[in-house]
Amino acid sequence: MTLPSFDALQVGDAIPALELPPVSRLTLALYCGASGDHNPIHVDTDFARIAGLPDVIAHGMLSMGWLARLLTNWVPQTAIRDYSVRFAAMTQVHEKITCTGQVTEKFEVDGERRVRLSLTTTNAEGQVKLTGDAVVALA
Amino acid sequence: MIDRQFIGHTMPAFEVLVEKGRLKFFAKATGQTDPVYTDEAAARAAGHPALPVPPTFLFCLEMESPDPAAIRNLLGMDYRKLLHGEQGFTFHRMAYAGDVLRFEQRIEDIYDKKGGALEFVLRKTRVSNQRGEHVADLRAVTVLRHGPSA
Repeated sequence: MTLPSFDALQVGDAIPALELPPVSRLTLALYCGASGDHNPIHVDTDFARIAGLPDVIAHGMLSMGWLARLLTNWVPQTAIRDYSVRFAAMTQVHEKITCTGQVTEKFEVDGERRVRLSLTTTNAEGQVKLTGDAVVALA
Repeated sequence: MIDRQFIGHTMPAFEVLVEKGRLKFFAKATGQTDPVYTDEAAARAAGHPALPVPPTFLFCLEMESPDPAAIRNLLGMDYRKLLHGEQGFTFHRMAYAGDVLRFEQRIEDIYDKKGGALEFVLRKTRVSNQRGEHVADLRAVTVLRHGPSA
């Protein structure tokens, strides 16, 4: 994988988006097992209803994992210096999520050229679920 | 109110083995299609010594603590009122299948907003590998919601 060119990138440029298939119960069950987060609110509809929700909700960290895929589809993981998110809204089962990233800053630290990206996950209606920020080192 | 005396409290360190099978399972669960994360030959061709630990999997490994409820219990927080508010990672070097990672958790801050209706716990976790090399720092903000809606 070749790194995107620091010089060619401009503030405001978007990186290639990542579109996910609708969140299925199977995906939530797999993430429950793979992540080790066994909170029933993500897989047990009975439990979710007792908790006052219409249905199960996706793990916030699953969405953060998708946003990490957005980054590693664009650059090798070794280029990621910092990555953080805020969980703004719940992602419901069946929602179709899109991950996007945009360059917000170009800067240099200790001779290393870096870009800052703003990141979001949104549903099909454009509701923002996660907002985040990543710093990536580029050649 | 959470007792503010716990600001600065450190938890007992623990170590977790990074299992190859678990990494493949995580790749499947997150829809990962890049073979670097599932195929050792592809990982080596990309310059890695083994399957790499993807960025957010460090959080899952942190949850492999001998007592994942330790901080919650220490601070007396009702899990039904908890939300994961924010999560961050600063990466220093890669981690791989077969590594034994050490996690050192510290309660960095406890604060409240909205007149105490919401309390926040900032946890910082230093991750190092079996050679003592600094792998990453994790930041987690947990929100404790007081009030009837919780």
